[in-house]
This record gives sequence, C-alpha cells and structure tokens, in this order.
Amino acid sequence: MYRKMVTLQVMDTIFYDAQRQGRISFYVTTIGEEAINIGSAAALNATDVVFSQYREPGVLMWRGFTLQQFANQCYGNEYDLGKGRQMPVHYGSNELNYLTVSSPIATQVPQAVGAAYGLKMDKKDACAVTYFGDGGTSEGDFHAGMNFAAVLGAPVLFICRNNGWAISTPTSEQFRSDGVAIKGQAYGVRSIRVDGNDALAVYFAVKNARKMAVEEFRPILIEALTYRVGHHSTSDDSSKYRSVDEIEYWRTRRDPVARLRMFLQSNRWWDDENEDLLRQDLRTQMMSVLHNAESKKKPGLSNLFEDVYDVIPQNLKEQEQETQAIVGKYPKDYPSDVPLD
Amino acid sequence: MALNKMFGAIRGRAPSQKLARISSQMQSPSSLRSFCAAAKEMTVRDALNSAIDEEMSADSKVYLMGEEVGEYQGAYKISKGLLQKFGPDRVLDTPITEAGFTGIGVGSAFYGLKPIVEFMTFNFAMQAIDHIINSAAKTNYMSAGQISVPIVFRGPNGAAAGVAAQHSQCFAAWYGSCPGLKVLSPYSAEDARGLLKAAIRDPDPVVFLENEILYGEAFPVSAEVLDPSFVLPIGKAKIEREGTDVTVTAFSKMVGYALKAAEILEKEGINVEVINLRSIRPLDRATINQSVRKTNRLVTVEEGWPQHGIGAEICTSVVEESFDYLDAPVERITGADVPMPYAANLERMAVPQIEDIVRAVKRACSRSARGK
Repeated sequence: MYRKMVTLQVMDTIFYDAQRQGRISFYVTTIGEEAINIGSAAALNATDVVFSQYREPGVLMWRGFTLQQFANQCYGNEYDLGKGRQMPVHYGSNELNYLTVSSPIATQVPQAVGAAYGLKMDKKDACAVTYFGDGGTSEGDFHAGMNFAAVLGAPVLFICRNNGWAISTPTSEQFRSDGVAIKGQAYGVRSIRVDGNDALAVYFAVKNARKMAVEEFRPILIEALTYRVGHHSTSDDSSKYRSVDEIEYWRTRRDPVARLRMFLQSNRWWDDENEDLLRQDLRTQMMSVLHNAESKKKPGLSNLFEDVYDVIPQNLKEQEQETQAIVGKYPKDYPSDVPLD
Repeated sequence: MALNKMFGAIRGRAPSQKLARISSQMQSPSSLRSFCAAAKEMTVRDALNSAIDEEMSADSKVYLMGEEVGEYQGAYKISKGLLQKFGPDRVLDTPITEAGFTGIGVGSAFYGLKPIVEFMTFNFAMQAIDHIINSAAKTNYMSAGQISVPIVFRGPNGAAAGVAAQHSQCFAAWYGSCPGLKVLSPYSAEDARGLLKAAIRDPDPVVFLENEILYGEAFPVSAEVLDPSFVLPIGKAKIEREGTDVTVTAFSKMVGYALKAAEILEKEGINVEVINLRSIRPLDRATINQSVRKTNRLVTVEEGWPQHGIGAEICTSVVEESFDYLDAPVERITGADVPMPYAANLERMAVPQIEDIVRAVKRACSRSARGK
C-alpha cells in the first residue's frame, strides 16, 4: 500500500511539471489524498465497479493500470485506451472495472446506484463504489443517488473525499450541515466519518462497509476528511484564495504518505534507504514513461468517426472518406503526426 | 370521423389507388374491414404495451422504470399489467427525480442492463437532459467503445390539448441534433410496435418520442406486425401515401394531418406523396431525396418551433443533394415561434392545422401566390 501511495505522489508531481512545461495540456493532482485513494482501493475486490469523479487515479493504479498507460492517456497517443477522445486524467478501463472518468460533477452518483442495482439483480458478490468531493454533495444528483440507493437497497459505497475545497469554495460556503456523514443519515443510509489521511483507517472502514453493502444489500456512506494540497487543477492557482501557509502546513505536517512512512519505519518495516531507492527508481521510470508516450503517434483519423454508435452509420463513413480525401490532397495543412488511417 | 380514419389507415397500408376507390364506396367500417387483409386493429397504447411486454419476456435484462409505471399502470396506461406480470424488480416505480432515475438508468446500462426509462412527458426530461446527453449519448465515444449504453428514453412529446407551455414542447430537433443518440418517432400502431422493439434491442441510447393524442388512436395491424419477432429498421422512413406532384414529410401526429390534407388536395387534382419519417436521427435522407427527385416539390410539416427545426434540416438535405430537381422553393410548416398558449383558440393557432398543410402544398405547386 505504501509503495503505491509513493508512486501516486511521484506520478502526480512529474505529470504536473510536464503540464507546466507544455508537454501535456492539462492535469489534476491527488496530492494530499493518497491515503483515500490507495486505502480504499486496497479494501475493494477487483470485481467491484468503480465510478470515480477525477481525483482517484490511485484506485486505478492499485488495480494494475501502469504508469505507461496513465501517460498514454494524458498524451492522447495511439496507445491511449481512450483513443484520444477525452481530456487528460479521464482514464477508464473495462478490464479493471473502472469506468471512464466523466467531468460533470456527481453524475456518477446515481449511475453507481444503477449499476449496483444491476449487481443485486444478478446476485453478484460485488458492489458499486462511487467517489466524489465535498462539493459534489451539493449537486441534485447526490440527493437522487442517496435517496434511490436507500429505497432500492442497492449495494453501493459512497466515498466522499471531504478535502475542504471545491475549486475556491471552502466547505463553510458549500453547505451548513455538520459535514457530509449527517447527510447520509438523513436519507436512511448508514454513514461513517473517518480520518482520510490515515490509510489504515480508510482501509478498515471501506473493508467493513463493503461487507455490509454486499451481504445486507444496503448503501453505505463514508466521509473521509482530508485536504486538497494541490490546486484544483493545472488551470487553477489556489494561492489566490487560500493562504500559502495553510497549504504548506498540510503538505508537510499532515502528509498522509509521510504518516504511513513514520508508522512503517517505527515498526522497522521500512527505512530511509528503501525510501530513497524507491523514489529514485520511480523518477527514472516516470521519465522514460513520459518520453515513451511523447514519442508515439497520435491515434489515426478513423478514430474521429468511430464509437459514436455501436456500428458506424453511413453518414459518418461518408464524412470520413471526404475528410481523408481532403487531407490527402492538402497534406501540408494538417498535422504530420496524425496518421490517415 | 371513424370512416375517415379508416381511409387514412387503409391508404397507409395499401398505397394503390384502386383499393382506395373501392373502399370509398363502402358505408360502414365493418364492411370495410372485410376488404382488408388485416382483420385486427390495435391502439398505439396497446402496441407500445405489447412491445414492452414481449421484449421484457424475451430478455431478462430489459426493465422499465419511471413515475407511476407500476401500481398506477402508467400515467397514460402504457405499462398496464406489466407490474403484475414481471414483478417490482423489473417494473420500478420511482421517486420524483428525473435527474436521479435517468442517471441510475444510465448507470445500470453501463453495467449491462437494458433499461426503458419513461418520462411522464419529455418536458420533464429536461431535468435529466444532462444524463441523456452527457452520460448516455456521448459515453460510447468518450470511452472509446468500452462502455455502451443500451438504454431507451421514452414518453409523450409535443403538443397535447390544453396543457400549455411547459407540457407541450416538441424535442425532436434538440435530440435529433445530438451525435450518439438515435431518435425515433412513431405514428401508427405498427410504427409503435416495430420501432420500440428495435429501440429496446439497439445497443445505442435511443430517444423514443411518442404522442399523447395518438395513444388512443387505433390502426389496422397485420399478423406480421403482431408477431413477437416483428421489428422495424431504425433509419428508414415509410412512404405512407404514394404521389407524383409534391412530397410532404411529417412525423408522429402530423402524419395523420398530412394524410388528411392529401385527401383534400386529391379532389383538387394534386397528388401528394406523404413520407412518415419514423426516424429523426438517423434521418432517411435517401428516401426523402428520392421522393423529391420524383415530385420536384417539398413541404415539411412539424409541430415544433421553426428555428433549427426538423424541416430546416430536411430542406438543407434536399438543397444539398437534389437542388436541380426542385421546381419550387421548399415550404416548411411548423408550430408558431411562441411558448404554447393555453386558451383553446390561441392553441389552435399555434400548431399546424390541416388547412395550413393544404395551403402550403398549393403554394409549392404554384397554385396560389407566395405568402397566401
């Protein structure tokens, strides 16, 4: 678990820098929330279906998504599982039961309930899991999802990353309730609040919640308290609306990765040498992964027209042919790194 | 009134003029019936009900969800008997959250179920339109084919009678412009059965626009249509009435109006070809253009608003592909560019009437001055 948390931290730092250097167009970090990501992921089964917001790549990482795959998606190259269709950090993998990230806030909440209902009908030993932030609990979809889950008896885990900020809106301006756990209780959903920066606490909370959800056909809400150390995204500069001291305090003194490290080291399961080796190795890996992703071609032109429908319709086939003809005729007007097929 | 309906329906079934002449000599509907190969009649309501029933029986992944669909037997009784037959696991009465149950339906479709989400009217679906467009329509594309969304959104669309602005909007143009969606709109019972079955079986999200006024209308149905394996292709329009002088396109309730207008015009020597679009997206441009190349004149009819409407798209398609075949400018008949008023006289003026279609056809055939 610790290794994965460090990997997530290193990956985030390097991708963020890559965006700043203009190598990728956009990025969203998970700094400060590694414990929620990895702790919860470790407590789930591989067959549990994940509906994330966009700050949970650690769950995908835990399940086996490689650094190269993350990079391929951010670069939108021909190896991107998303075929260059989505913005960076909108990862998805059918194989790993992690649905492609969708930007609108909280839409994944009722969707997860729907999927959970399906799992219940199929009598599968699996649950649906959905993640969202404190801001997401204000959306209408959150209300609908919670209400339905309770009424339908759907085996779904609602994991709220209460990180204190929704872009520039602090929780004091987001809601006046006593946090998020109480909202769950209002719907008749068993709820718990945990220290989101304690990886082991998150692990055990999710483990127990999952058991209840699957065995008793009930939804569970977990409010994990944490702090969003990074900016909302690379399009944001959070020093504009919060004090740099506050950010630094949480980044250094309340780092969930360092906290687990202290615990491991105090039990002599880890030491400084291991730490340095790990981080160095990761940096080298990331550099090569970035370089690899950058050098690959972009997806071919046909990817523009496929997957709109299950079977490509005639009008799109015609448009594709027309486009290929024009690009073939005026190749200098089009980017040279986009293959024509 | 019933006799007129029979005429229209028979013409729809057998486009030959001979049969129409024979049946015009009959006085009673029952003797008319003996001339039809189809002895059975079915209302659109029963057609939809039977389609859902059969598809739910055939595939255990299909389920129905919406407000009042279960215990109440459906706000318009479309889902009558289904809760009793399939149980509460497959016919779900939902709390009043369109956004919620649409999101849940989409999520379950992501998982692999085949939901039919009923909106009491498509006006209320606006509260869920984010899920219809952003969660359903775009997902197959955005996930690069990893997540398919085999969902059907259905319910009454367009004007009813005296229900005013927030219950009368036609959404064909809005949904019809969205890639990733298929949009269907039935007219007859045969359309309702065949298209709904096709929609339920389709792996892509389908918006199925019904019409409240048509629910109670009965149409003759052949044995073929009644068979559980009956299905109509998505993307194919139907020539309801063959003609030579002018092409009139319409969908849903307006098909009936167009057919009635065609009868009136027949007496004045204008032979109208009526196309029942059936499918808004994909639009059957081939059939429409083929027809216009034959008749050289086009009138489009719809109840919805004029700007960016279905008629606008059809007109452009014909101008792009069959410009040289047009002998007259394209006429479009649409609803008035106002929110639907309530007062009966105002409402009547806000939607196309048969006389409007007749006048437009005459304009297209240069029988009257432009603008009359």
